[in-house]
This record gives sequence, C-alpha cells and structure tokens, in this order.
Amino acid sequence: MTAVADTPSKGLLSRPGASSGWTSWLTTVDHKKIGIMYFAAALIFFLVGGLEALLMRAQLSTANASVLSADAYNQLFTMHGLTMIFFAIMPMSAAFFNYLLPLMIGARDVAFPRLNALSLWVFIAAGIFLYSSWLFGGAPDTTWVNYAPVQEVGPDPAGLTLGGDHDQRMLFYSLGLQIAGIASLASAINLIVTVLNMRAPGLTFMRMPVFVWMSLVVQFLILFAMPVIGVALWQLMFDVGFDGNFFRVDAGGQPILWQHLFWLFGHPEVYILILPAFGIVSEILPTFARKPLFGYAAIVFSGIAIGFMGWGVWAHHMFTSGLGPVANAAFGLSTMFIAVPTGIKIFNWVGTMWGGRMRFSPPMLFAIGLVAMFTIGGLSGVTHAVVPSDAQQHDTYYVVAHFHYVLFGGAIFGLFAGVYYWFPKAFGKFLNDRLGKTHFWLQLIGFNLAFGPQHVLGLNGMPRRYYTYPSGMGWDMWNMVSTIGAFIIALSVLIFVVNLVKSVRSGEQADADPWDARTIEWLSASPPPPHNYDEVPVVTSRDEAWHRKYAGGGGEVPRPVPAGASADHAEHGEEHHGEHIHMPDPSYWPLILAAGLPLAAWGVVTGLWALSGIGLGIVLLSAFGWAMEPESEPEPHAESEHA
Amino acid sequence: MAGHRKAILARTVVIGALALGLAACGRTEMSEYPLDALSPNGPIAEELDRLWQIVFPIAVGVFVLVEGLILIAVLKFRDRGDGDLPHQVEGNTRLEILWTIIPAVILAGIAVPTVGTIFELSEAPAKEERVEVEVVGKQFFWQFEYVNEGFFTANEMVVPTDTPVYLHLEGDPVYKGPDGREIQEASDLVLHSFWVPRLAGKTDFVPGADRYMTLQASQEGTYLGNCAEFCGLSHANMRIRVRAVSQQEYEEWVAQQAKPAASPPEGPAARGEEIFGANCVTCHAVKGHPDNVGQRTGPDLTHFNSRTRFAGAIFDVEDTQQLRAWIRNPPAEKPGAQMPPFGPDQISQGELDALIQYLHTLD
Repeated sequence: MTAVADTPSKGLLSRPGASSGWTSWLTTVDHKKIGIMYFAAALIFFLVGGLEALLMRAQLSTANASVLSADAYNQLFTMHGLTMIFFAIMPMSAAFFNYLLPLMIGARDVAFPRLNALSLWVFIAAGIFLYSSWLFGGAPDTTWVNYAPVQEVGPDPAGLTLGGDHDQRMLFYSLGLQIAGIASLASAINLIVTVLNMRAPGLTFMRMPVFVWMSLVVQFLILFAMPVIGVALWQLMFDVGFDGNFFRVDAGGQPILWQHLFWLFGHPEVYILILPAFGIVSEILPTFARKPLFGYAAIVFSGIAIGFMGWGVWAHHMFTSGLGPVANAAFGLSTMFIAVPTGIKIFNWVGTMWGGRMRFSPPMLFAIGLVAMFTIGGLSGVTHAVVPSDAQQHDTYYVVAHFHYVLFGGAIFGLFAGVYYWFPKAFGKFLNDRLGKTHFWLQLIGFNLAFGPQHVLGLNGMPRRYYTYPSGMGWDMWNMVSTIGAFIIALSVLIFVVNLVKSVRSGEQADADPWDARTIEWLSASPPPPHNYDEVPVVTSRDEAWHRKYAGGGGEVPRPVPAGASADHAEHGEEHHGEHIHMPDPSYWPLILAAGLPLAAWGVVTGLWALSGIGLGIVLLSAFGWAMEPESEPEPHAESEHA
Repeated sequence: MAGHRKAILARTVVIGALALGLAACGRTEMSEYPLDALSPNGPIAEELDRLWQIVFPIAVGVFVLVEGLILIAVLKFRDRGDGDLPHQVEGNTRLEILWTIIPAVILAGIAVPTVGTIFELSEAPAKEERVEVEVVGKQFFWQFEYVNEGFFTANEMVVPTDTPVYLHLEGDPVYKGPDGREIQEASDLVLHSFWVPRLAGKTDFVPGADRYMTLQASQEGTYLGNCAEFCGLSHANMRIRVRAVSQQEYEEWVAQQAKPAASPPEGPAARGEEIFGANCVTCHAVKGHPDNVGQRTGPDLTHFNSRTRFAGAIFDVEDTQQLRAWIRNPPAEKPGAQMPPFGPDQISQGELDALIQYLHTLD
C-alpha cells in the first residue's frame, strides 16, 4: 500500500492529478467531497420534489380545480414520492453517512473510496435517467408503490385520453429505481466494512456515537431490503418490456405478489429513511442539553430492535387487500409492538433534555422539532395497527398525514438539524443563526398547517391519489389550509437555501468545536484536512471529545498515535503531522462506469439495443480499467510541503 | 432573553393549537359530511368506530404527555447563562424499564379488542338473512350484480335497512349471455377498493381473486362511497351510491329491476332504441332490447333512468346536456374513459336526441 512506485504501471487511464478545481470534484474519492456532493444533489432533488408537491397542492386547493390534468397530477404525485424517498431523503442521509462516519470513527476515509464515488455517481445517474422520462413523453404515473396490475394495464387502457405508451413509463420506473438500488447497495457494503473495521483505537461498539450505530443498522437494512425490490423491479421490467407474466392476471400472474415484494422492501425502507435522523438527533440533543444521551444502551438496542422488527410488519400496508383474519391479526400485533422501541427512544430523548442546560440554536430547534413532530406520526401509526379501524383510514389523507409526520416531521426535521449542526464542521463557517431560526419556525408552522388538516380530511373520507374532488364533502376548507401550509414550507426552504448560499460565501467563522460538542469529529479542524486527523485519536470513553475538555468522568490522558505513519514518527511531535499519511488517489472510473448504466437503460426503453450494448460496454470496460488502475505519483503533497 | 421567551410562547401556542386540532378530529359537528368515517350509520362501521374510540383517546393522552414533557423541559431547562454544567446523568434503569413496560401494557390493552374484532368481522352473515351482491370494479365504474335476484346495475346500489349486505368482490367474473352461453369478462382488470365509509371499511377488489365484505345501514338514506385504491386516470371519478330503503321499498325496487326493459311503442324513443342497437350493444347490456348480446364492457343500462347518476356516478342522469356531451366525447368529460367518442358522422344530432330520449325511458 505504501507509495513506492516511482514508475507507475500502465492502466487504461492514468490517475487524475487535480486536487482542487471543479475537475477534482468529478474524480475525487474523498468521502467529505463525496458527502458534500451527495448533499448538493439531494437538495436539488428535494427542491424539485417540493415543486411537484406545490403543483399538486395548487390543484387540490379548491374543489373541481383545473390547474393540472389527471395525467399530469398522477405523474407529479408518483414522481414526488419517488423523488423524496429515493433521491432526496436517502441520499441526504447518505451525505451524512459519507461525510461523518469516517470522521466519527477516526478513520481517514471509507473502506472502498472509489466504490464510494461510484455510489454517488450511480445515484445521480439514476436520478437523471428517471427524470429524463419527461423528455420521452411521460414520467411514471401509477403511484410510487406502483401496484400490479395497473402498472401493466395502464391508467388509460383504451388509450383514448393519453394514447401514449404506458409500458415505457414503467420501464423508467423499473430501471431508474434499479440503478438507484445499485448505488445504495454499494454504499451499504462499503459503510458496513468501514464501521466494522476502521474504528479508531479504543472505539469499541458501545462507545460508538449513536449516529454511527443507527447508520450501521440502516446499512444492514439497505443490504437486505434492496435485493427484494430489485427482484420485483426486474419482474416488472419483464412484464412490461418483454411480455412477462409475473403480475399479469390473464397469464396466471399474481398482482398481490407485487405488494408483498414491494412492502417487504418498503417497510424496512421507512426505517432506512428515519433511523439516520434518529441518529442525528441523538448527537444533537446531548450537545445542546450539555449532558450525555439518556440511556445510550437503550437507544442503541431499541434502534437495533427496530431494525429487526421492521421486517415483520410489512403486511400492515395491505390490511384491506384481503389477507385473512389470522395474517391481519399477526401483522396488527407486530405493528403495535414496534411502537415500544420507538417509544423508548422518544422518552430517552426527553430524558436527555430533562435537567440539561439547553441552548436553542437552530440544530437544537430542529432536533426538538423532530421529537415533537415524530411523536404525532408515531401515534397515528399506532392507530393504523388497529386493523378494523385501519379499514377506514387506509388509502386516505389520514395515511398521507401519518407518513408525512414520520418522513417530514421525522426525517426531514432531523436532516435539517444535522445540516445546521455539522455545517460549521464541513465549511468552517456557521449557517446564519437568525435565518436558521426563521427557517425553523416557518417550517414548523407550515408543516403543521399542511399535514395536520390532512388527518381530518382522511377521517372525513378523502381518499389519496385523487386529482380532483367534489365540493360539499367537508374537504374544501382543510384542503385550502393544507395548500397554504405547503407554500409556507416552500418559503421556509427558500430561506434555508438563501442561508446556505450566503453562509458558504461569507458565514461567520467557526472553530474546530463551535458547539462544545461531545464526539471526536469535533477534534478535527473545521473543515477537516483531506486525511481527517493528523493523529488518529485514541478513544477511551463514549463522548470522547467531551471528556477531553471536562474532567470528572473523563478517561485517561489520550495517547496520540499517528496512523499510517512510520513507527518512529510519533516522536517528531506536532510539526510534522500529515506526512506519510497515504490517502487514496482520485479516479476517473467511478464517473465513467456510472455513465454507462443510464445509457444501457435508455437502450432498453427505446429499444435501441446498440445503445444498451454501448452502455454495458462502458460498464465492463470501466470495471476493467478500475481493476487495472495504476497508482499516481507518490505523495505529491508531502513533497510540496518539503519544498 | 426576551426573544427566547417570545419563541417559547410561540411554541406553546403552536403545540396547544395542534393538540386542540387533533382533539377536534375526534368528534365535532362533522356528521353532515356524507363520507365521514367518524359518523358510522350501521353496525359494521360502528364496530370499527368503537375501536377508534378506544385508541384515539389513548393517542391523545400520550400526545399530551410527551408534548407536555417536551414543553416543560424546554421552559425549565434552558441555559440561563449561569455557566454551570448540568449533572452528567447517563440514564436511569428504573425509568427506562418503566417506559418500556407501560407502553407495552397499553398496547396489549389495545390489541385484545383489535384481534377480537378482526375475527368477528371476518364472519360472513347467515345466508338466509343477507342480501348478496357481486361487485366488479372496472376502469372506471362499479358494476353490481344482484345474483339471487338476477339483474345488474352500476354505481348505485339499493339495499334494505337493518339487513347485512354481503358483497362478493368478484375478480374473475363470468356471465351468462341472453343465449345462455358464458361470457368471460375481459381480463385486464386492475385493483380497486370498495369504500362506503359510513357503512363499512374498505376492501380491495383484486383481479383474479375473490374478496368479501359486509355492509349494513341502520337508517334510510343515500350513503356515498369512493374507489380507494389507485386504478388509473379516473380513480377520482368512480363513486358509489348506496341507497338504503325500507324492506318493502327494496322489494319493489328489486321487482322493477328484475324486469326487462320495455321497447318504446313509437316516436323518437323508438328510433333511439334502434340507434342504441346499432351503436351501443357491443358494450352495454339492456335486457329486453331486441339486439342485446349481454356484453358488459360498459355499465348495464337496463334501468338507466332509475339511477340518479351516470359515468361513475359523477354526472346527473337527468342532465340531457351532459349526456350529449358524454356520448359525443366521453374521455373529454372523464379522463381515461374507455367509451369511444361518437361524433356527428356516427350519430347525428337528431339521432343523439332520440337516443337520449330512449335512455330516459329505461326506468
């Protein structure tokens, strides 16, 4: 591994050299740059998904509105769901995994840095591919859950309204998610290996920050959930592209099979979306309450318990599909009991706040916002577990309200908390405090106005996925309130974007540990150097950084060991830090390989098989080039330091 | 500091309003809403509501407890700038066991009536006292077949009060044509979900499979319903109307529906019957029409004029203007409608009026 090759072996392409400028971002394998790009891309998708939501809310603001056609509405709500889940929340969580996990465990990078870059580019390629469907005549339009057999039959079987090719839209759905799944799987394997193998000396499992724990649980969920949807997507591709018969009733297929496969993935997916936010909040609450997380072990084990139990509740999405009383009772019970570990977390968070000295900076506001809002989503979730009563709530706006309280009130609030919290670490500058607080209060108000009334709408009988509704059902006022709330959310997000742009340019300077925090990423500089730590910290306790600052309960005096350096190096002291740290080299291949996948998929969609061949050729060639890639010039930055 | 206090006040107001809002979901003056799941009007829907009545107050209680604790913590444990660090409490085993066990016990308490009700509701009502209706969901209307009485209707169902109506959601429908041969329904059916909130919860219609549900109305009146499972462009436009009437009125209705349509003696309506035969019978059944072949691609129109709505129960049957527009171009009136447009070259203006007159004779 040490860089001794003076004459690098020949590969297909030499290693890229730039370490700054925009090209360095395209070829980087630095987990921090990758994390920032994950965030930027996810934010763009989040804004697009939000725009789709605003259009839908405009259409639903009054009865019998004609802002959107039925077809446009169906495409928008389908794409809103797909975008927010697969291209906004998941990659935004991935941004935190990427940026933080190596820092939090005291590693220099992830285990497979090029694979990490590949995950990023494949995710972006998947998003571009899915959105390109609008250039080909239409986006997927039969809901994000895309039940069979309407996925095969189409929303307009006679073709008198659309006349278009619905199968093509389904190929975009199938292949787009399939490609996104590759990104998630690669990332999951990478991060599992990283967390299991690359922790700093002394960082035992029960000293790991809760965010690392929750991330680890999530990676295992992704690892097992993605293949399930992968199979279903593959079957869908055969059904709509190649006259397959997995879900076609007339050919002996089973439409309910799709639902089982989808939700066997889809329910763990809910925890994939929410657990990272739980981890973030578990870091922020102790920092701003200035006391340790209440019941660390309980929070960790309840997270693991959720990870396991999350596999046993999928059919609660199917209570009205006719599973029979025994299955309904079993899944009703398992759904109730998954509320127990979730409740444990909430009470422990309140316990963390209790008796603290809380500072209400924006990260803390959003973190408390999560605890308060997610509780509502959790409680409405328990009402769904009451199977007979769920027969009234299922597929109504009550469910829409429920999962937005979970995914927006939970995941999005948590992710925003994380952004405000770790932004100073990533950029060495604060996000503006006043704008941050304005963002929080507007978002909290807008969110509750948008989704609170949807509980009432659902109980008053308004079904989901309706592009229009008649007046006189008691739905008019609440729909208008909900639309107003949606636009308030949009305003709050706009303020966030302004804050982001302003603060990246000219935010208030932040030092290495601006929040008086507790975990070791705050021992590194802000922003951290490419190699993260000049000397990898030795961890002697949970909340290591805190114990180094405050005596009493802290551990022994840290014994710095420069990882990756020669053994005698420690004696040289502070001045020579950074030398002989071997960092992975940038590479062209992740980007090139990722570009091959959508090409192959466009080939399938258009029937231009040559294009598929080219795409797959690029993938294979890239894999070869990747394997044969030479090392770069030895240690150029160390050299320049001496010069 | 003043800013803090203001922020805290604002939070108090928001959370308080939220709590009230949630509490308001429980029971207010919403009962006049025709689709309100919280205003049950029959034993099945009341059974579901009973469970809601158990779980909703518990949820509100937990909500008030948690949000209250958050509120107290936020007000009480603010950093007042006095510089002291709080006690570094790492947990409390007794408390943690407590808030593991208490929720588990509460949930077990909810589970008992839940499971009991699941099994209770899965029982079919006794054969001799129930009305049986076979339901087929199509893109985009509902077809109802009164199996024992031997007739079809669409979108509107009439049921006797205080009698369980046993719905068979038939995903693999086969019918007898007028000549006795069997007609297999086109197999490109999709999922739907039959939902009349004030009478029962929803049950999915699954192509290729059988599903069953029971509904029952306690009072006379019209109960509205909707399709609740996404089924395509006009998912929002396939409504259900259940008219609950006295036993006697129900029997009269059945007797009328079971009759074939009578041919109009003469005049424009008779001309309309011919036009119907030339253009419509390939998709619509009208029992008693001389050219009827029993095709059920579209709704059975035998007693079209006895209904109040058409086209997935979104348009008024008496609205002649709307009927004209509909026949001229159904997909323009209702996205995704499978009925093709009939332009003036197929049906002239005069013929169209005659056809509509014929339809209005189908009582």
